[in-house]
Amino acid sequence: MAAPLTLLLLVAVTVRAALFRSSLSELISERVEVVSPLTAWKRVIEGLALLDLGVSPYSGDVFHETPLTIYLFHFLVDYAEVTFMVSVKKNVFRKQKFALEADRYPLDCLELIRSPKEMYYIPLKVAMFYLLNPFTILSCVAKSTCGLNNAIIALFILSTIKGNVLLSAIFLSLATYQSIYPLTLCAPALLYLMQRQYIPVNFRRASFWWFIVQYAFMYLGSLFVIICLSFFLLGSWDYLPSVYGFILSVPDLTPNIGLFWYFFAEMFEHFRLFFLCVFQINVFFYTIPLSIKLKEHPVFLIFMQLAVISIFKSYPTVGDISLYMAFLPVWSHLHRFLRNIFLVSCVLLACSALFPVLWHLWIYAGSANSNFYYAITLLFNVAQILLVSDYFYAFLRREHHLTYGLYLKRKDGSEATLVLK
Amino acid sequence: MAAHRCSFSAVLFALWGLSLLTVARGQEATLEGNDRTAVVDNPESVAGAAEQAAGQPAAEDRRWEATAVEEVSPTEAGGGSDSPAPKPAASPPSVPRPKDDFQEELVIRPLHSGDIYTSFQFRTLWETDFTRENKVSHYRLFPKSLGQVISKFSVRELHISFTQGYWRTMQWGQPYLPSPPGAELWVWFQDSLTDVDGTWKELTNVLSGIFCASLNFIDSTNTVQPSASFKPLGIGNVTDHRFLRYATLPREIVCTENLTPWKKLLPCGSKAGLAVLLKSEKLFHSSFHSQAVHIRPVCKDDQCKTTSWELRQTLNVVFDLHNSGQGKNEWSLFKMFSRTLTEACPVASSSKIYIDITDNSQGEQFELSPATPLLSQAVVLGDRRTFSVYDLTQQITFGTMRSLNLLIRGKSSQGDMLRPLLHAERYVAGYGLQTGEIHTLMYNNHPYRSFPVLLLDSVPWYLRLYIHTLTVTSKGKDNKPSYIHYQPSKDRVRPHLLEMLVQLPPNSVTEVTLQFERALLKWTEYTPDPNHGFYVGSSVISSLVPSIVAMDTNNSRERPLFSSFFPSKEESSYFVRVYTEPLLVNLPTPDFSMPYNVICLTCTVVAVGYGSLYNLLTRSFQIEEPSPGLAKRIANIIRKMRGVPPL
Repeated sequence: MAAPLTLLLLVAVTVRAALFRSSLSELISERVEVVSPLTAWKRVIEGLALLDLGVSPYSGDVFHETPLTIYLFHFLVDYAEVTFMVSVKKNVFRKQKFALEADRYPLDCLELIRSPKEMYYIPLKVAMFYLLNPFTILSCVAKSTCGLNNAIIALFILSTIKGNVLLSAIFLSLATYQSIYPLTLCAPALLYLMQRQYIPVNFRRASFWWFIVQYAFMYLGSLFVIICLSFFLLGSWDYLPSVYGFILSVPDLTPNIGLFWYFFAEMFEHFRLFFLCVFQINVFFYTIPLSIKLKEHPVFLIFMQLAVISIFKSYPTVGDISLYMAFLPVWSHLHRFLRNIFLVSCVLLACSALFPVLWHLWIYAGSANSNFYYAITLLFNVAQILLVSDYFYAFLRREHHLTYGLYLKRKDGSEATLVLK
Repeated sequence: MAAHRCSFSAVLFALWGLSLLTVARGQEATLEGNDRTAVVDNPESVAGAAEQAAGQPAAEDRRWEATAVEEVSPTEAGGGSDSPAPKPAASPPSVPRPKDDFQEELVIRPLHSGDIYTSFQFRTLWETDFTRENKVSHYRLFPKSLGQVISKFSVRELHISFTQGYWRTMQWGQPYLPSPPGAELWVWFQDSLTDVDGTWKELTNVLSGIFCASLNFIDSTNTVQPSASFKPLGIGNVTDHRFLRYATLPREIVCTENLTPWKKLLPCGSKAGLAVLLKSEKLFHSSFHSQAVHIRPVCKDDQCKTTSWELRQTLNVVFDLHNSGQGKNEWSLFKMFSRTLTEACPVASSSKIYIDITDNSQGEQFELSPATPLLSQAVVLGDRRTFSVYDLTQQITFGTMRSLNLLIRGKSSQGDMLRPLLHAERYVAGYGLQTGEIHTLMYNNHPYRSFPVLLLDSVPWYLRLYIHTLTVTSKGKDNKPSYIHYQPSKDRVRPHLLEMLVQLPPNSVTEVTLQFERALLKWTEYTPDPNHGFYVGSSVISSLVPSIVAMDTNNSRERPLFSSFFPSKEESSYFVRVYTEPLLVNLPTPDFSMPYNVICLTCTVVAVGYGSLYNLLTRSFQIEEPSPGLAKRIANIIRKMRGVPPL
């Protein structure tokens, strides 16, 4: 296990180092698919430059990182090389996290179909899926701070799966602090931790409420500490509107792979607020029905939540996608139930190739217009939605089979087909 | 950090000195030596300045010498040997002057390119205090519309200019009054004002009405508060830039509808005096047209006990030699303006025409008719210039024809123009619609002196500047600005503001580059012709440039020996403001015909996501039972009606 992991690590680092050293890194760090206004390294540098000039980085509209990040970078790194190493380290950490997490997790789906041998390789596969995913490599080479957010979320998942309530709450609050959306991950975390501690999910039970209060206290407490810490570092609350207002109200319409930019560029002004609310609620809304449906399977719930966030968030990048895609090997046992995985993966691949092409045609060649790029973002998002719902379908189907047997028979004894009703 | 503060205060100190000189220069630049008021003004400004801050003896010293030299200068004037140059200035006016005073003048300067530069100046002085008396009801020469604006909006200084065309410094030299293409407005408010932004908004709307211009498009997204570049030109010691607002509209088109209200502010309108020349069909058939209004408080007397308001209306036009239709290098008032002069404005205390004959002392470049015996000298923009003067208040000027039609007949020989010591240009580099780079080039053409310049850049928010990419290089080396004031933009709220103090080495080009990113705007935020591009206002470069007089190192010119050992301290530097070209930048555009389609398509995708999840969340798996065939179902219905059990 250790040897292939080391090998994988070496390969991953080499690929990144090679790309980073090459002339491509400049190009990659400018790509709108890879960096968003929230995560662009260029903007971090700008924030540091503003800090050096004695101007609050939040007085302008270029810098949208949280204060802790900027101070972290302020103290830690002066040179891009160092940062690069940090982000690689981060990836490594994350990979190990996943490895460990995957180690523990598959126990609950070890039913009939999985052999322990398969289980054994899952951590490695997760690591591989994350570290060698071109999306991750791109966002690492672009020095996107998305890697940092991913690392925090990975640490949160790890600590949750290890059953460490305090660490889980702390990392969740850090993730929330970085970008609001991981807030929805508290539902799966609670479900998982309660499952581990054999607390039944029952609204009438005091122990249930007591656990929720405990977790909420730890979560809100650490969030409060972090926010106050930022306040004392900066001496002002400027960062709140500049970071969270920026995420929620979507003032920057720079094209990206998400659904927001063109929609709000073309929006009628008096409907803007309405649709803004609808789109933002849409991200958070799925938490409740999903956690009701998947309350026995919090890890799958985490996967679903991450996918929903990365599809519907306001400034998505390929880094976010790579985070939930790293989970895919965990669900390898679902592959026999997937209906259109071939089509979806082809569409995803084609879109990834077409993004730079259509961008070039629009921005540089001038022979296409914005609709071309927009069409590709639409297709890309439809493919992601299909991918996620396909996995969801397969998961539910498998649950059904686990209960009723794999080869279902009709009343008359002929072979039955399952349908959703 | 302490070092930062130190340098900052040093900079402020330097700027304060600069502003002092600006005050003096502004008052003196266009008035010449034998003018009564000029001599009266100079000691006043010094007195005023000395009051503002004791401990600046240098300024006073310099000013005093300058005045002295001006008194000496007629003896040195080479060409004007036969000019008596009357100087009543020595005796300060003892008779109380009327409360209002109006002066008009026209300066004509034949340019080396063969074009001709004409500059009108109309000055109305009014001794009143808007701030003390709330209601000023009696207006004589001062236009009532502007008087009410000053009192209502607590304006201390107001400078507004409308310019069509770009001043080509390298061909034409420095203008008397620089202005950027489009409209420019900068206002100092009284420090008693509390809601500066609200007042500014109202003021721009009112001025928009007064001048028939689109000044109402000035809002917070194109207004900045420069910390150092624009200092008050009148008296007053408030330099807190919270009371300053500066805005440009580089896109503004200037035309007749702006000229007419401007002319109406003159006491004589366009009925008499120099203003009869202002015919719009000729003025706008030119390569450069700039009209401006400057209002500021100035000292009334030597002690500066009372202040009066000065309204200065200027109009600068460059007539194009080739545009005028005839190849001959021959200009006359009639050719330029399609009018001749017959009288001065009756209410004007002074009405003069000045022709710059510095390069023409022997009549080698052009000849003037009718000739005038009056000559005058003035130090303008660091250079000692000689002018022929036509005094319109004297009947003799008009001769027997009762009309004055000045004729300037150019000769073929064209001398070399002295290169302007400071000039600047700017352009956008890069390709594509994602990023770009602004390059600003500043030329210091002085052979051996370096001098600092203040660069002001106000860039709209939709070009997102990255200050960490700022580089300043001169002669291939990094030239670190000693002072940077940077205010980042806020989307849809305020523009970027960058002010830098850069030292320009002698005989060099300094290049300032700054990268930016082009934003995608909402479809309603684009102008009606989005693919034309968006304008970025000119950079403003303000500087104290070493004087040309001081640069004069050849000893061949006849000068008294006692004056030529030390480098001339007289006018050792003068204030210059240079505007660069405005930029035209393309932004990426969405498809403007698609709002409905985009809303439908995106909502469809969201609905696909919602629908598929809803589907999986609310339904459960069941074994499909084959539904009975149509015939069977119909049969069952019939059987049900008959009361028979179904099949």
